[in-house]
Amino acid sequence: MQLKALVKLNAARRDRKAAVVVTDLSDDKVQVILEGDAVPGPLGEEAVKAFRSGKAGTVDVEGQPLFLNVHLPPPRIVVIGAVHISQALAQLAPVAGYDLTIIDPRTAFATEERFEGVELIADWPEDVLKDRPLDAYTALAAVTHDPKIDDFPLSEALRAGCFYVGALGSRKTHAKRIERLKELGRTDNEIGRIAAPIGLDIGAASPAEIALATLAQIVQAFRRRDLVTAG
Amino acid sequence: MTVSGILDPLTTAQSWKEAGREVAIATVIDTWGSAPRPAGSHLVIDGEGNFEGSVSGGCVEGAVITEALDVIASGAPKMLEFGVADETAWRVGLSCGGRIRVYVERLG
Repeated sequence: MQLKALVKLNAARRDRKAAVVVTDLSDDKVQVILEGDAVPGPLGEEAVKAFRSGKAGTVDVEGQPLFLNVHLPPPRIVVIGAVHISQALAQLAPVAGYDLTIIDPRTAFATEERFEGVELIADWPEDVLKDRPLDAYTALAAVTHDPKIDDFPLSEALRAGCFYVGALGSRKTHAKRIERLKELGRTDNEIGRIAAPIGLDIGAASPAEIALATLAQIVQAFRRRDLVTAG
Repeated sequence: MTVSGILDPLTTAQSWKEAGREVAIATVIDTWGSAPRPAGSHLVIDGEGNFEGSVSGGCVEGAVITEALDVIASGAPKMLEFGVADETAWRVGLSCGGRIRVYVERLG
């Protein structure tokens, strides 16, 4: 491997971008493929599989033994709203291997006591997301019911291509939200990606059940996300 | 995997190389049976035998480091295999009973 390839790989990892390193075991040649790169032919197909599964392994491409190593950013969940559902979600997320951050400017909700051991930021999403931008390996769940708090991060999540964007609220609430997001410049296609009402339809009733339905929907979105690189 | 920490072997490899040190990267290519570290795990080694990361639970690192110094000197990559059925297991084996294949290459 050349230093140049390693620098490219490390830069992608720092930027939370997925990368596949292809090493030709017969001649020591190394190629770094980043998510979204167009790679034609059988290697492209193998790279797609690797991005999907996240698993490293050897493959045979046109008679060449190749080792594909996958570097995926760790998935994380950003929750807008320090509400009852978030308390349950904060307990469930680590079990499924997701990092979780809660953002809520309302200091009455965002208290250490209600969220012991959870990363909690009592500030406006507008201010927090400036320093900690959303990305394709982040799921965003907006659960405050308050447009003043929810709308901006929802719009940002769609713009940043978060692998999951969910919003709590009835169909009626969501219809009004759609109009406001259009005013923020979001397209119909982008808005169509929002999971609303939030969570898989398992008949969830309690806050904990809604959290579980939401987490299941996040896992589904992550495992089935589109990362096509076949040219 | 965290990228920011000082314990990230690939970040370490880059900074060593940029500081003018010779570097080899060892990567777990295949595992059979119970192996302590999955395929894709890295151990990075410099020309003086300093290392960061792991390819096993500490069972074969010593042997990999020795081979890595050879790879640094020659520039030619090596494929190493470790396991209980292997003759080398008497010296450096995997106590867990698995087998692993480790690819060692020089960072150019």
